[in-house]
Amino acid sequence: MANNTAQLQEKPHPMEDILRMDRMPHIWCSGCGLGSAVTSFVEGLKKAGVSYDKTAIVSGIGCTGRVAGYLRLDSYHTTHGRAIPFATGLKLANRDLTVVVFSGDGDLFAIGGNHLIHAARRNVDINVICVNNFIYGMTGGQNAPTTPLGAYSSTAPFGNYEMPFNLVGLAAASGASYVARWTTMHARRLTDSIATAAKKKGFCFIEIVSPCPTVFARKNKGGTGLDMLKEFQTRAIIDHDADPTKIPLNMDNEIVCGEFVNEDRPTFWENVQSGIKSRVEKFTDWEEMQSNSKKIHHKTFLKYTASRES
Amino acid sequence: MFKKSRLIGEFFMQGDIACAEGAIAAGCRFFGGYPITPASEIAERMALRLPLLQGVFIQYEDEIASIAGILGASWAGAKSMTATSGPGISLMTENIGLGMMMEAPCVVVNVQRGGPSTGLPTSWGQSDMMQARWGSHGDYGSISLVPNSPQEFFDLTVTAFNFSEKYRLPVFLMADALVGHMTEKVVIPPVEELEIINRKYTTKKPEDYLPYDYGKDLIPDFAKAGDGYRYHTTGLTHDKRGYPDMSFECQNELVPRLVNKIKNHIDDISLTEEYDIEGADVIVISYGITSRTILPALTMAKKKGIKIGYLRLKTVWPFPEEKIRKLSEKVAGFVVPEMNLGQISLEVERCAHNDSIVKLVPHPGGGIHKFEDVLHAIEEVAHGK
Ligand SMILES: Cc1ncc(C[n+]2csc(CCOP(=O)(O)OP(=O)(O)O)c2C)c(N)n1
Ligand code: SF4
Ligand SMILES: [Mg+2]
Repeated sequence: MANNTAQLQEKPHPMEDILRMDRMPHIWCSGCGLGSAVTSFVEGLKKAGVSYDKTAIVSGIGCTGRVAGYLRLDSYHTTHGRAIPFATGLKLANRDLTVVVFSGDGDLFAIGGNHLIHAARRNVDINVICVNNFIYGMTGGQNAPTTPLGAYSSTAPFGNYEMPFNLVGLAAASGASYVARWTTMHARRLTDSIATAAKKKGFCFIEIVSPCPTVFARKNKGGTGLDMLKEFQTRAIIDHDADPTKIPLNMDNEIVCGEFVNEDRPTFWENVQSGIKSRVEKFTDWEEMQSNSKKIHHKTFLKYTASRES
Repeated sequence: MFKKSRLIGEFFMQGDIACAEGAIAAGCRFFGGYPITPASEIAERMALRLPLLQGVFIQYEDEIASIAGILGASWAGAKSMTATSGPGISLMTENIGLGMMMEAPCVVVNVQRGGPSTGLPTSWGQSDMMQARWGSHGDYGSISLVPNSPQEFFDLTVTAFNFSEKYRLPVFLMADALVGHMTEKVVIPPVEELEIINRKYTTKKPEDYLPYDYGKDLIPDFAKAGDGYRYHTTGLTHDKRGYPDMSFECQNELVPRLVNKIKNHIDDISLTEEYDIEGADVIVISYGITSRTILPALTMAKKKGIKIGYLRLKTVWPFPEEKIRKLSEKVAGFVVPEMNLGQISLEVERCAHNDSIVKLVPHPGGGIHKFEDVLHAIEEVAHGK
């Protein structure tokens, strides 16, 4: 074992330019899907060719929430559920950034569920990557809003009696510009989706179905991480044309994967700009106003408010 | 209400609007908020003003999102603000703690109503003063400024931004519905005439930069997103690299620093106004709108021959402990009228010398003190009761 480690350390890690190597080893369990999810993410960013200096990652709290801490980007480990509104502020205050939220199913759909649907509705130009392991991993396997009906969790000792959310359905129905679902098994396709989202404007949502051997599998006789991947392999089908609202996940049905939504919709900021422009154009030279001269802003403001009052 | 021909000069202006104008003068270019009486006018004014200044106004889905959003904007380098009232602050408290821990400059306005719960939505109170100090869990230093007029709401909004930038934390502006909704003369000077402080950006190269390294002043230099520093920040206890570290040593270096970076600068932060303090027997300590409504009682006490002094706190947090301690050695006691059932009076009690009397004049909010009550308390203290 000691020998192996020494050998491993001689070779530079292939993702050294973006992983915080001084934070390794990470805290994730062996067999956890999070490592593959992060690898696909890094590959996806590379493929998209975005500048690491201009990419920010925001996480909430949870096992998945630790992703921000391992990536050498401007990285923000926020509070449970609040990564999306934080990321929205970051993005709107510096529109040159590529802003990615990387967090768990509980974080994004239970405590943070309201933020998710509103950010999708506004079509804020951020990407949200949700690792769905059907459970609260970090806190020891309690019920999540994704836990399948009947599945065991530490707070559902008789099996879960709540209907789970269908994450892609919710994101699509809320107005996301891009919606995809993959499992950690679909490394290449997931990478492509991440690259697409990184280049795409508007609210992009990617669900990554991921094994949590330590708590989800153990409570549900799912075996090891590898066993879970094998199970995903048998259950997964790819259907880009599927209606995302019609493909919920449960314990043993098909895991329908694909790129379900890929549309161009005006983003929050585009709507802000076009809305203001149409209202103040007749009072000001729009191009000149972008020059940031206070005098022009003040003049425009006063003329516009006067016109609204009369 | 707002002269149509200009934005600088003398106005007859509502407190909430003066606050928004103060924020804009201070350089605020990001506002995230959720409507609530009696603070909505601040959001409405920002919605009208910011877009033309290339700033961002966003009405979030709730106050939790609002505070998270202004923290994110702060990391992008924007001066950011949110404005709410008690119920909204209660929702924000977790992320106010995040702002304290990450040391993200921003301003949180609480136009106080009477509480608890939904309380008195359209009426005033001062019962969130302790919440401003201790609302979020854990230990941290904090700053709260309390205006008593629309003019001061403007002025202290600028100061709040300056403190938040200088000391890197969310700063509270603790107004109340009376100050927020009253209309008075407000003078808005040209920005050039205001003192505007901006956060200190690091001059180090990215490879040498540690986001939580600090010098004598205990305040780390800032780097904003997108400038190539690729730093990490977290609400977890962290080392100078911003990396989580769950050791006692790390906690013991970080948390006292968060407290001391404010404590050590109290002389700069503590803003007070004093009248007739020298030789006074009784000192009335007051803040916010109460400092105006009780004035008749002071005049009457003076007429009755009582040597009365008056200390108004514009900065309530950090509390001027030393000042009260010193004063208490010379006076018979203090009278503390406040629109709550005893919050800042507890602080005065804590700091005052054992032999001095501290008398609270409580009020639950939704009205103003009867000056007879204040006068009565002054007389009692003057007579050693
Ligand atoms: C306000 C608040 N409530 C509860 C917690 C405890 N908590 C930490 S992580 C977590 C659940 C995380 O689940 P999920 O988002 O699915 O992430 P996973 O660990 O499964 O990746 C909870 C409840 C917290 N940190 N903050
Ligand atoms: S508890 Fe589950 S999700 Fe968390 S690290 Fe372990 S395997 Fe991964
Ligand atoms: Mg989970």
